[in-house]
Order: sequence, then C-alpha cells, then structure tokens
Amino acid sequence: MTLTLGHWLTVGALLFALSVIGIFLNRKNLIVLLMAIELMLLAVNINFVAFSHYLGDMHGQVFVFFILTVAAAESAIGLAILVLLFRNRSSIDVQDLQTLKG
Amino acid sequence: MNIQTGFFYVFAFVLLYAAFRVVTARNTVHAVLHLMLAFSQASALWLMLQAEFLAIALVLVYLGAVMVLFLFVVMMLDINVDAMRKGFWRNFPLAAMLGAVVALEMAAVLLTGFRISTPNAMAPVVPGAAADLANVKALGLLLYTDYLMPIQIAAVILLVGMVAAIALTLRGRKDSKFINVGDQVRVKASDRLQVVKVAPTRAAAPASEENPS
Repeated sequence: MTLTLGHWLTVGALLFALSVIGIFLNRKNLIVLLMAIELMLLAVNINFVAFSHYLGDMHGQVFVFFILTVAAAESAIGLAILVLLFRNRSSIDVQDLQTLKG
Repeated sequence: MNIQTGFFYVFAFVLLYAAFRVVTARNTVHAVLHLMLAFSQASALWLMLQAEFLAIALVLVYLGAVMVLFLFVVMMLDINVDAMRKGFWRNFPLAAMLGAVVALEMAAVLLTGFRISTPNAMAPVVPGAAADLANVKALGLLLYTDYLMPIQIAAVILLVGMVAAIALTLRGRKDSKFINVGDQVRVKASDRLQVVKVAPTRAAAPASEENPS
C-alpha cells in the first residue's frame, strides 16, 4: 500500500475536525480557542504542502509561507489582547466579553 | 506497506493524538506542550513531502517563537481551570457529533477521490531555471522574483503585528519619575522667569535731594 494524495488530505481533514471539536468544547477558554485556530491553520497548510508535492507546483509552498507569516502576527496580537483582557477583567472567559453588548 | 507508509502512519497518529490532547487537556500548560508536539509531527510530515524549508521554518518560527509566546502567556495568567471547564461536557455530544460528521464525510471523499500516488516532477519555478532545484533554492527563487511585492507586504504585516502587540500591552508605571523631553525643549523664558513689579516698601526720597541743580 503506497501513499496517495488522499492520505495526506485525510490527515488534514481529521486535524481540522479535531480543532472544530476543540472550539465547541472550550467555548469559555480563550487560550484554547486560539490554539484550536492554530491547529486549523496547520491542517490547511498540510493540504497545501501535499498538493504542492503531488501536483509538482511550487506555488503552494509559497502560499504556506505567507500563511505562516500571517498566523504568527495573528497569534501575537491575539495573545496581546488576551493579556490586556486579563488585566482588565481578571478572567479570560469569553462570556465576560459583553461590554459592547453586541 | 513500505517504510515510508509506516513513518507516515506513525507521524499522523502522533499528530492527531497531540491535537486531541490540545483540545481536551485540563491543564492549559499541557495543552500548549501537546500543541508543540503536534507541530513537530507536522514538520516531520512536511519533510516527508520534501518541503524542507517549510519544515525547518515551522520548527524555528512556530516551536521556537509562537509556542514559547503561548507558554509565557499561559504561565503568566492565573486561570481558574474549573470555571473554564464548566460546560465542557454539556457541549461534548454536539461537538463529537459535528466532528464525526466532518471527519467521516471528508475522509470518505478525500481518501478515495485523490488516488495520485506518484508525485509529478516539480515544474520549473521560473523560466530558464532547472526543474530539479533544491527545495530551498526553488522557494527562494520564487519568493524573490514573482513574489517580491507580497513578501514585502508580509514583512510589513509582521512589523505591524510587533508594534501592535507592544503598544497594546505597554503600560507605564504611575509612580516613576521621569523627564518629559518635549516639555523641556518647548519651554520658554516666560515660563521659568517672571519679572514682578514690586512696590517700594519705603517712600521715595524727595526729588530735590537726588537732583541738585
């Protein structure tokens, strides 16, 4: 049994499903929500790299590079907002974020 | 089943186990550590896909920087774990059902739908370049020719992220004494020196004495 493209895509899909489950389970904990988003981006990146390898196109890996860049900036700002939130409310419960009554 | 397939299953299994522990771990520090394990396994998978540069970048950038940032934040904040876990099991049936549906449907389509087992040869990245460049060289050629503008924008995004993160979390101490340089530069003589017209305390002498003529 040799590896096919489908194997890699399936790993990505399972990883994505796991992170969706994580978002549902940890609806209160903002840190775990951020980590689940990181896992989702990783699943997408695995798909990109697998397609890039099997279709012989380098552009997919370039796109992964940019996704990594944006994800790093996103998590840095997200964690900064988290620290700010904890300073003001001394909790990171998503339910507490009702100041704007949105 | 050749050795490559065996390695694939090992890495994929550890990756999925680590991801499962990330979303279910009780202790947030354990969740971050399992996230690091997941990313390292993903890096190994990318090495198997001959994406060497991205695999190393994942280890350097993600395991080295982003995950350490997560770990710092988790250890810095004093989180009430039990309050955070409230509602965990209430949401579990819905989450498990949804996850199972997503996983089964996608696996059913993907596992049978994409039967490419022999990868195509890499197309030449830029006209005139050899087709069998090393991964890092090919990626570099692409990034610094076709994607020159996007890579500059990515650099600006990182800069904005850094400035925003610092600006959000910076707070000055209220009790520290400091000199405001701008105020010092802008100061005028009239702010510091005031010429006061003082009324004489003694009556002036008669004018005839001072001015004999």
